[in-house]
Amino acid sequence: MESDIVLTMRHICKIFPGVKALDDVDFTLRKGEIHALMGENGAGKSTLIKVLTGVFDFDEGEIRLSGYDEPILNKSPQEAQKRGISTVYQEVNLCPNLSVAENIFIGREPCKLGRIDWKKMYSMARELLSKLDIEVDVTCPMENYSIALQQMVAIARAVDMSAKVLILDEPTSSLDDLEVEKLFTLMRKLRDKGVGIIFVTHFLEQVYSVCDRITVLRNGQLVGEYPIAELPRLKLVAKMIGKDFDDLASIKSLRTQKPNGTQVIKAEQLGHSGTIKPFDLRIMQGEVIGLAGLLGSGRSELARSLYGADKPDCGELFVKGKKFVPSHPIDAIHRGMAYLPEDRKKEGVIADLSVRENIMIALQAKKGMFKLLSRKQQEEFTDQYISLLQIKTADRETPVKQLSGGNQQKVIIGRWLLTQPDFIILDEPTKGIDIGTKTEIQKLVLKLADKGTSVLFISSEIDEMLRTCDHMAILRDGSKVAELKEDDMSQKSIMGAIAGGNQ
Amino acid sequence: MIRAFLKKLTSYRLFLPIASLILVLLVNMIKTPTFFQLEMRNGVLYGYIIDVINRASELVILAVGMTLVVAASGGTDISVGAVMAVAGAVCCFVLAGGQRTVNAYQNPYILGVLAALLAGILCGAWNGFLVSKMKIQPMVATLILFTAGRGIAQLVTRGQITYIRVENFKLLGANIPGVPLPTSIFIAILVVILTNLLLKKSALGLYIEAVGVNKNASRLVGIKSDQIIFLVYVFCGLCAGIAGMITTSRIYSADANNIGLNMELDAILAVALGGNSLAGGRFTLLGSVIGAYTIQALTTTLYAMGVSADQIPVYKAIVVVLIVSLQSEEFVRWFSKMQARRKVVA
Amino acid sequence: MIKQKKKFNENTFLLCITVGLFFAMYIAGMIVFRKNGFARFQVFLNLFISNASLIVVAVGMTVVMITGGIDISVGSFVAMSCMMLANMMENKGYGAVSSVLIVLLIGILFGFVQGFLVSYLKLQPFIVTLAGMFFARGMTAIISQDMISIKNPLFLSWATRKVFLPFGGTMNKRGVLIRPYIYPTVIIALIVLVLIFFMLRYTKFGRKIYAIGGGEQSALLMGLNVRRTRLLAYILDGFLCAIGGILFCLNTCSGFVEQARGFEMEAIAAAVIGGTLLTGGVGNVFGSLFGVLIKGTIETFITFQGTLSSWWTRITIAALLAFFIILQSILGSTKNRRRNSK
Repeated sequence: MESDIVLTMRHICKIFPGVKALDDVDFTLRKGEIHALMGENGAGKSTLIKVLTGVFDFDEGEIRLSGYDEPILNKSPQEAQKRGISTVYQEVNLCPNLSVAENIFIGREPCKLGRIDWKKMYSMARELLSKLDIEVDVTCPMENYSIALQQMVAIARAVDMSAKVLILDEPTSSLDDLEVEKLFTLMRKLRDKGVGIIFVTHFLEQVYSVCDRITVLRNGQLVGEYPIAELPRLKLVAKMIGKDFDDLASIKSLRTQKPNGTQVIKAEQLGHSGTIKPFDLRIMQGEVIGLAGLLGSGRSELARSLYGADKPDCGELFVKGKKFVPSHPIDAIHRGMAYLPEDRKKEGVIADLSVRENIMIALQAKKGMFKLLSRKQQEEFTDQYISLLQIKTADRETPVKQLSGGNQQKVIIGRWLLTQPDFIILDEPTKGIDIGTKTEIQKLVLKLADKGTSVLFISSEIDEMLRTCDHMAILRDGSKVAELKEDDMSQKSIMGAIAGGNQ
Repeated sequence: MIRAFLKKLTSYRLFLPIASLILVLLVNMIKTPTFFQLEMRNGVLYGYIIDVINRASELVILAVGMTLVVAASGGTDISVGAVMAVAGAVCCFVLAGGQRTVNAYQNPYILGVLAALLAGILCGAWNGFLVSKMKIQPMVATLILFTAGRGIAQLVTRGQITYIRVENFKLLGANIPGVPLPTSIFIAILVVILTNLLLKKSALGLYIEAVGVNKNASRLVGIKSDQIIFLVYVFCGLCAGIAGMITTSRIYSADANNIGLNMELDAILAVALGGNSLAGGRFTLLGSVIGAYTIQALTTTLYAMGVSADQIPVYKAIVVVLIVSLQSEEFVRWFSKMQARRKVVA
Repeated sequence: MIKQKKKFNENTFLLCITVGLFFAMYIAGMIVFRKNGFARFQVFLNLFISNASLIVVAVGMTVVMITGGIDISVGSFVAMSCMMLANMMENKGYGAVSSVLIVLLIGILFGFVQGFLVSYLKLQPFIVTLAGMFFARGMTAIISQDMISIKNPLFLSWATRKVFLPFGGTMNKRGVLIRPYIYPTVIIALIVLVLIFFMLRYTKFGRKIYAIGGGEQSALLMGLNVRRTRLLAYILDGFLCAIGGILFCLNTCSGFVEQARGFEMEAIAAAVIGGTLLTGGVGNVFGSLFGVLIKGTIETFITFQGTLSSWWTRITIAALLAFFIILQSILGSTKNRRRNSK
């Protein structure tokens, strides 16, 4: 192996029943490089990483690591770790019942005379975290801390253990901008020390901000490997979805109707203690309203209060002019509301049930337990939405867990569209979704608005909201602080409203 | 060709319960050649197989309730045996008017039955309350009645076995004059049919599966998850009440220590043998019913082989571990890896 | 700078309640039954004497519960160990020492089989140990349906040898110093308790047990050998149950099919009352000790009271269990609410 290369993967093939997840894929990582691994959902990024770290075995190909003459085969994450390949996953992989220090050192605790030296472990943990500018009580159980903080500890652990290769699999999904910058500073430090970092992500901005090279996968195959300077954004996206992408510009021109002035939702001093302070909000028929704010500012909580997913403690809510006191989501559904939750896996998909069952279930709940939809009706509805939303599935009866993330999201959207709501809440509908599907969903939102449905759109990507919304509400630290009308909306004004006074 | 057929056969949902049942019946037949023999005497059908189906009735009813509990909450109700004892005790208490042994009903029969069913429902409601409202783990929540249930039954019968020496009373556990098969069989079948109708003709079956797979998502689509979970525990308690009534009728007494002893274990095993995942979600009622009859047939086989009642559990344990192991994902995965490897070598 | 303040520790709170409850109950007993001699030191020591076996078994149960599993076969296994000891010493003529060693080996084997099924075949612990419970109880009946009394002199000498304590003595009416005593079983139980506490707190293996209970997926991704750790936890539990069985036998000096019925529920109750979470990841063997002592205190109460049936012990334990389970649940939900409001 050449001296500046730390890892090569050649001709990797991985087959699952029914699908070829990786087809003759090559990957090269150099020492002291931050290398982005990109592709749509189902492109094979996750699988490639799992093959490298020994979570999966692979069917063909070879992996070589610097320092080893023979090709290596990792049979488990433990083996990979021993060889110097560490991973930090998207879902926080820590033990909530153990303390921060323990999570960092589990399996390699400092020992004195055969017993664990707690004092030393705590001081080592404090030292490591202070290098990352994190000050926490390392003796406290992990579960007391926010997800963002847990992620940073996970990274600290991997950083402490990795020597050659550090893999970051979507580490920034739950971090706010400040925390992302901290992470990038750390990544650059490690790169300068000669560590090879594989950065798997969907966020284009972040890739251009910190990476040196990009490898693009599509449908399980390698599209190419490029130095960052040679691949401007539009070209990158085109390579990822395989077609010319001019849509990023404006799709708003698709709107044919304007909101007609009838009030659909009126919230007066509605609040839920501990999560969202009392707020006022008015939404018109056919209007698309966006909620912007930092992580933890209360956007999801506001949406949940409107829907009744969390019962509000104070204030009043009027739906289509009539007072509404939600006590259970079924009340909201009867009033014509729909809610796409942020956490698709935990609150959206009913994994083992089929596509058909997942799609018809909200409508069934609306009709009531004793008015079962006939099988024929169910099948018709399912087919209708499979074609409307272009859901890629083998069959109506396929368990939804076998679908890719993007298609699962489409199933849930179909579920709600079937209930023909007057008002639909979309909380991060495009999170973790590839660019092609993202745009489809955005266009769908505009179509819905045209038909007279009101939409509440929450997204961490401001340009996505700019593309679709008529009107925005800004939240900060658990309360609504501002509203912006169409003419005032721009990246700058929104960021300014979010940041507040101390810029 | 054969391999493809076998693969399709084993992937069929009810394959394992049916295969297990057939296996056990075959062993029975080998051990007792007269196993399937039926004899009609005085208008009543007799035979080993009738015996098996008869004695399995309580288990079948318990298995129905347990299946729904497992499906909706991913947990098990280990109090069903104790609830059977409570239901039996309450029934006999009402019918005996508080005395230790009676030769005639002190209160109308129907009152005794209703009391027993009500006791079952109340116990189920207590369990349901702990699990759905207090969000306590099912095994833990039902542990409480498991521990205290028989004590409560003892309190109801004042620590003595209450006897109801009325001919009519034994009908439930025996034969109604003129009917060739024991009453309990009909009751078990009725319970299964009615439950199945309710699950399939309404959205309840779908709701139970949805809640079992993902409680939070189900709530957000408008299903009252907590209510469904509460409901299945009440239903399970009701089933235990019915089963308790049948057992009490068989022995025409309320023996708080022995009614339903170890039946919770059998019920859970029936559900597992039926191919249902004990983690909840999708379920098959028919599978559990087949599992219940299989367990009873297994028990009969063992009796026929001269094994005493105390010793039977050893064999049940081994059989169950074997079957659940074969069903486990890990084994299936390992097995198909072995197959693949053999193909490569060949 | 990311700052977080130290938060309230629910688990210590639960432990305090348990310990407090024990002292409250015991002191109440001393007041209510002062004329009957409840306040004697020996009564306190008797708690340990009668429950030495349960202490060891509860410790084993705690270990398994921390991994997120459960073992409901312990009662039956204790009965089986007793029967094996009785059978080996009386019917087969083995010596006391060899019988004990064989039982310990069987315990390890039993734990191995259960552990293998749970960790490698990924079967649910409840089902596996349920089968184990059936199996062990049935085996006891297969070995012998009648009671076997142990007459082996060495064994009996261990069972009856009193260890007098150098303190706490009282003068009786005749002016003779009556010394309080315990049996070697108590010493063994306490040694086991301390050793396991040490193991859980100060060895890597112990911390791994907490890790796989708190987050199995995470532990796996962090490179811990989850399967092996879990298997070892069950082997340890089997070994401890064997010790518990031996201690039980030293108490009863006989083997009988009906022994130790409901023992597993007492062990689980002791662990839960002692602060072990059934969801795993949290547990403390000293808490379990207090759980056992509470059960013992209730039993002593009922014995002193004289007229209540022994079923009341069961009902009281069940009520306590309900109380602690509900408390754990409430504390658990407040913790979640706090964490989500970020």
